[in-house]
Amino acid sequence: MEVGRAEKIIEKVFFISALSSILIVFFIIAFILKESIPALALGWNFFLGMRWYPPHSQFGIFPIVVSTFVVGIGALAIAASIGIPASIYLAEFSPGWLRNIIKPCVEMLVGIPSIVLGFFGLMVLVVFIRNSFGGYGECILAGWMILAIMTLPHVVSISEDSIRAVPKGYKEASLALGATHLQTTIRVILPNARSGILASLILGMGNAIGETMAVLMVIGNPNIPWIPSSVLEPVRVLTSTIVIEIGYAVWGSMHQHALFALGVVLFIIVAILNVITTAVIRKGVAGIG
Amino acid sequence: MNIKEKIVKGGLFVSALISVVVLLIVIGYIVVNGIGVISLDFLLKSPYRFEYGGVFPQIIGSLFLVALCLLFAVPLGVASAIYLAEYAPDNVITSCIRLFVECLAGIPSIVIGLFGLVFLVYYLGFGVSMLSGGLALGFMILPWTVRASEEAIKAVPRSYREASLALGASKWQTIRSVVLKSAYPGIITGILLGIGKAIGETAVVLLTAGSGLESFLPRSILDPVASLPVYVYMLATQGQTSAAYSRAFGASILLITMFLVMSISALFLRNRYIKRMSGGRW
Amino acid sequence: MSKIEMKGLSVYYGNGTVHALKDVNMKIEANKITALIGPSGCGKTTFLRALNRMNELIRVRTEGEVLIDGIDIYSKKVDVIQLRKKVGMVFQQPNPFPMSIYDNVAYGPRIHGVRNRELDGIVEESLKKAALWDEVKDRLEENAFGFSGGQQQRLCIARALAVNPEIILFDEPCSSLDPISTARIEELLSKLKREYTIVIVTHNMQQAARISDFTAFFLMGELIECGKTPQIFERPRDKRTEDYITGRFG
Repeated sequence: MEVGRAEKIIEKVFFISALSSILIVFFIIAFILKESIPALALGWNFFLGMRWYPPHSQFGIFPIVVSTFVVGIGALAIAASIGIPASIYLAEFSPGWLRNIIKPCVEMLVGIPSIVLGFFGLMVLVVFIRNSFGGYGECILAGWMILAIMTLPHVVSISEDSIRAVPKGYKEASLALGATHLQTTIRVILPNARSGILASLILGMGNAIGETMAVLMVIGNPNIPWIPSSVLEPVRVLTSTIVIEIGYAVWGSMHQHALFALGVVLFIIVAILNVITTAVIRKGVAGIG
Repeated sequence: MNIKEKIVKGGLFVSALISVVVLLIVIGYIVVNGIGVISLDFLLKSPYRFEYGGVFPQIIGSLFLVALCLLFAVPLGVASAIYLAEYAPDNVITSCIRLFVECLAGIPSIVIGLFGLVFLVYYLGFGVSMLSGGLALGFMILPWTVRASEEAIKAVPRSYREASLALGASKWQTIRSVVLKSAYPGIITGILLGIGKAIGETAVVLLTAGSGLESFLPRSILDPVASLPVYVYMLATQGQTSAAYSRAFGASILLITMFLVMSISALFLRNRYIKRMSGGRW
Repeated sequence: MSKIEMKGLSVYYGNGTVHALKDVNMKIEANKITALIGPSGCGKTTFLRALNRMNELIRVRTEGEVLIDGIDIYSKKVDVIQLRKKVGMVFQQPNPFPMSIYDNVAYGPRIHGVRNRELDGIVEESLKKAALWDEVKDRLEENAFGFSGGQQQRLCIARALAVNPEIILFDEPCSSLDPISTARIEELLSKLKREYTIVIVTHNMQQAARISDFTAFFLMGELIECGKTPQIFERPRDKRTEDYITGRFG
């Protein structure tokens, strides 16, 4: 029975390895939370405070959170208005050879390191905005455009998959009734793919909000953040604030705790978006089944 | 077909083309502005201030970081995947493991960077070092390794397993000699994509591994280490001169090239793998 | 003396909701070919897989005894690995591993710890027994997928032979093969029975009549009738056997 014992040991080793992900997530939550407790304990002064100015020990994150959503939602709106039509074209109308060109390009777009894309944004988009609209050029609009480029591939590929997953029978039934391909797409296919498309948008939003380097380089990051009133104003988001200030925060100071607390807020926002995505996908699957 | 349909279809077509155009513009712009600095000196010399020297320590540093990250994430990820695909019973613990793998994949990289800073750099006392950076990157790509490996293992036809078990092979012998042998191209594809992700990652490395402008090679894994993405970040945000910018573009070209090499090898392997697997059908 | 004996064998699937084999009592003679026939879903494959405990790969509950050489293979003392070494299996569709011909045949001996220098002999002998040697002896290093379905199936037989089993189970081994390959496998089976005890599931009654010494007829999980092949095909005792053999259902 030696073989049997060895087998049991091997299985245990794999089991323990599989537990590592749980362990890592627990450690991440525990350590980040522990570091941020003093800041979270500031309560409403932290969450709803209007002024973030570490030199005066002011740690109100409300303007940063609002800016984060403004940048994320705007980027998503651009990505959706380009990405959804693009996915419809790829899934329903594109000839095979053209799809074989477009699809790899979309996938390649995901792969451009965000720092490189951010640098491109800084050198091209920011300059373009400065020259056309005035101001510094580093602003919400530039953030929207860069994040839209980064979110676009996710929106396109997940939406396309969900459009393709619509049962062929629906399409054939509609075409057999004399509907054109376009009518069929709009009236039959899209309504059936909507949960997948919605999921792609929420997931894209999570990606946009969690994205750090690219957005950091083009949005300006003013020393004292405020709630923006125009798309040409510079802003600060959660991720950029962490990266820019973590090097200057004295370890153990309230400033450092506050930056970790920003990480907690970011974590929670992204986690909620991921949970919603999963729920939307589940509901969509249940709807088809 | 009426005019309206034509216009709508034209609009859809243009949207689809935007990704291609953006990709071409971004890559084209970077290549045009950076190709001038690429030379043997650039590849083989150390940087001196922002405007001089090459990026040799940055290239080596990036490679070391990725190697360390793989050393951590691949064995753990493949072992987790073997457990999930071959052993895991259908119970609460298994769904819990899957949930947490998904959860880890969803954590923004900056949060992983913060965790690396407090846990690896301070708590474990690794300092800002290659070890901290490599491990933090490892946490980041672990879930991707698990997913890719599990998919590859699940794609191995059941008949292979049955044939092996029927010969009296034990479960582990079957996994080792038949399942992994058939699944490894898929696993390697996943690892290559993981490398592509890790090599361009900036935030994590910036917080845990070093400033990017170091002009020396690390002597031990507890030394800080330079890396290409952080080098680009430093030059792009602090450089302020056109010489610094063109160096950042040059380093960007290297990053994109590394990523391309990884994805093209992954694509190549995937195609061969699909061919091999379908060769197994009857 | 019978090689295998089943006493009250029952198999349940799906948390006990599906009763796939019902109280089967049967004996299988050594060095004979026993054919299992019956309409699809009648339990013959489940029966076959009960003999080397392959049913355990999915969730099943097995009751009763299966005695091989007088020992109950479901008793705790029996090592399933030794059991499967003794009871080889060839599957419905050829399933060579994605490796060379040589490595496919050598796979079993290797995992059972046979040393490398003995492998050449085992591979050659197994391939010869499986009537494949002449076709592949110059191509041993080629990937198994480069061969025809019939050759692949004989390779799978050689692979099973290489671990030196006493019993070989065949689960519809010819269902995906062309007539010529089928004929070669049948011819091979008649030779192999001199050394091995063979149990074969077949959906083809002509095949059962042609090659087997004994035939067992299953219907909805029950063993309806078992006996010498000529008797089953010419003078079945049970009305249901007769109906099936004369093609009234199935």
